[in-house]
Amino acid sequence: MAQRKASALWARIGIYAFLLFAAAFFLLPLYVMLTTSFKSMEEIRLGQIFALPSAPSFDAWRAAWSEACTGVSCEGVRGGFWNSVAIAVPSVVLPILLGAVNGYALSWWKPKGGEWLFGILMLGAFIPIQVMIYPLVKLEAALGIYSSLPGIVFVHLVFAMPIMTLLFRNYYAGLPGELFKAARVDGGGFWRIFVQLVLPMSTPMLIVAAIMQITGVWNDYILGLTFAGRENQPMTVQLNNVINTTTGERLYNLNMAATILTSAVPLLVYLISGRWFVRGIAAGAVK
Amino acid sequence: MKRRGLAAWGALLPLALIVLVGYVGTVLWTLRTSVSSSRTFPKDDFVGLQQFERLLDNERWQHAIHNLAVYGVLYIAAAMLIGFLLAVFIDQKVRGEGVLRTAFLYPYAMSFVATGLVWQWVLNPDSGLQNAMQQLGLTNFQFDWIVDQDMVIYTVVIAGTWQGAGLVMALMLAGLRGIDEEIWKAARLDGIPTWRVYLSVVLPMMGPTLATVFTLLATGVVKVFDTVVAMTQGGPGTASDVPAKFIMDHLFGRANLALASAGAVMLLITVLALVAPLAYARSRQKTQGGH
Repeated sequence: MAQRKASALWARIGIYAFLLFAAAFFLLPLYVMLTTSFKSMEEIRLGQIFALPSAPSFDAWRAAWSEACTGVSCEGVRGGFWNSVAIAVPSVVLPILLGAVNGYALSWWKPKGGEWLFGILMLGAFIPIQVMIYPLVKLEAALGIYSSLPGIVFVHLVFAMPIMTLLFRNYYAGLPGELFKAARVDGGGFWRIFVQLVLPMSTPMLIVAAIMQITGVWNDYILGLTFAGRENQPMTVQLNNVINTTTGERLYNLNMAATILTSAVPLLVYLISGRWFVRGIAAGAVK
Repeated sequence: MKRRGLAAWGALLPLALIVLVGYVGTVLWTLRTSVSSSRTFPKDDFVGLQQFERLLDNERWQHAIHNLAVYGVLYIAAAMLIGFLLAVFIDQKVRGEGVLRTAFLYPYAMSFVATGLVWQWVLNPDSGLQNAMQQLGLTNFQFDWIVDQDMVIYTVVIAGTWQGAGLVMALMLAGLRGIDEEIWKAARLDGIPTWRVYLSVVLPMMGPTLATVFTLLATGVVKVFDTVVAMTQGGPGTASDVPAKFIMDHLFGRANLALASAGAVMLLITVLALVAPLAYARSRQKTQGGH
């Protein structure tokens, strides 16, 4: 019995040792990012990447926000931040609204051929971006919205359609069918039922969808690079330019501060939303 | 009844347009371009499968495909193994579960660009991990994969796994928690060791979760672009090139539309080959009254 207790104790120690070791690995880059961003370049040149900053300073953060250079202009990443905000607001609202309408129409009204449309859309979710990107550039150029804010919002809308439609379709299909019958008997039309009955019941899915879209749009790089144009470059594109295209000595403290600033929005969304964050991914993972 | 369908189709019109033009139309356009001789501008001629032959002969493409295969196999294997282990260990009623989950999952909230940039800094041999270890007295410590042509792709695997393993952990943990307590009780009564139960009973029962995780990771592999651009810019040279980057370079930098389109078609075929069997298995399961 004592032997069994001892082995159980060792098992517990083993479990915690493994988990702590793993946590250290996952937290290491965050630690390095944070400590580096508070160091001076003299200290960074010493090459002690794991040491704590000897005289922590916010200088690199200030410089990253308002002075970092991309090519000829040196205005920091704040421009990219506001660009990302301007892109994210419509690119979150529009796909969610359209996705909710699609899901409602497909699951409650079941129009003829709707399953086909949905099926093709679900296949579309697997098409690599590279297959679609050039024709979309051509299309946007023809419409006169290439390299503009509407241009980048439009492609975010296109690429969000499979997941947003899927999320709401599955959610609405899970609601009791009697609701729909009763609303129909009461003489509700398509839009009235949607606005007065369905939307008010959609809060959980709206939250999940918003979390997914905010993080997805904010973290996007390739679409912003291709469709936003110079004036509307999102923060990720600007960050990569700051770090990878500058000449001369690399200002690692500034680079790391800029990286944290760029990651701040999705990280905050994740920390605040907690388990909702995973719920969205799980719900969207091709049911 | 007729009016009912009309209203719904009216609402679905934007989606129908997006599917028709944005998805079907663009795929057809790229398929068409892949059998033309387009360079900077799209051309209407037909050259058969010439572009595909040129692509398969292209050394940079071969290398990119090779990298994608290495990255795909190692990344999926590592993320699934680490994710599963983390989930199992967290499921042992440990303290501080919330903190641990956050520590494992937060990288998933970060962009691939940020991921690539952080790891570029940590793995930089002159000022990162290698240098720090040497200063600590381990003068023989070598870890310069990121500047080594033959090893650089493995550093992308490390960064990718760091970013994605937490997600696997979260999904697997949800799967583990969904397993009937009775099974554990029965196993305990029979005196079967815990690891045996995980391996022979629990893992097979998590089939749908594993399939979900695999699909998510596999579609992520084919997309890999941002991480490489941010971490190595495809270098040293073109040593860490991947197909997505090859295609983007040929579309926008090197003005070789047809060759890039052929590459995109190859990527599409790869995805379909990966996803189709899973989709088929699932639809069969459904018709048999499974999940």
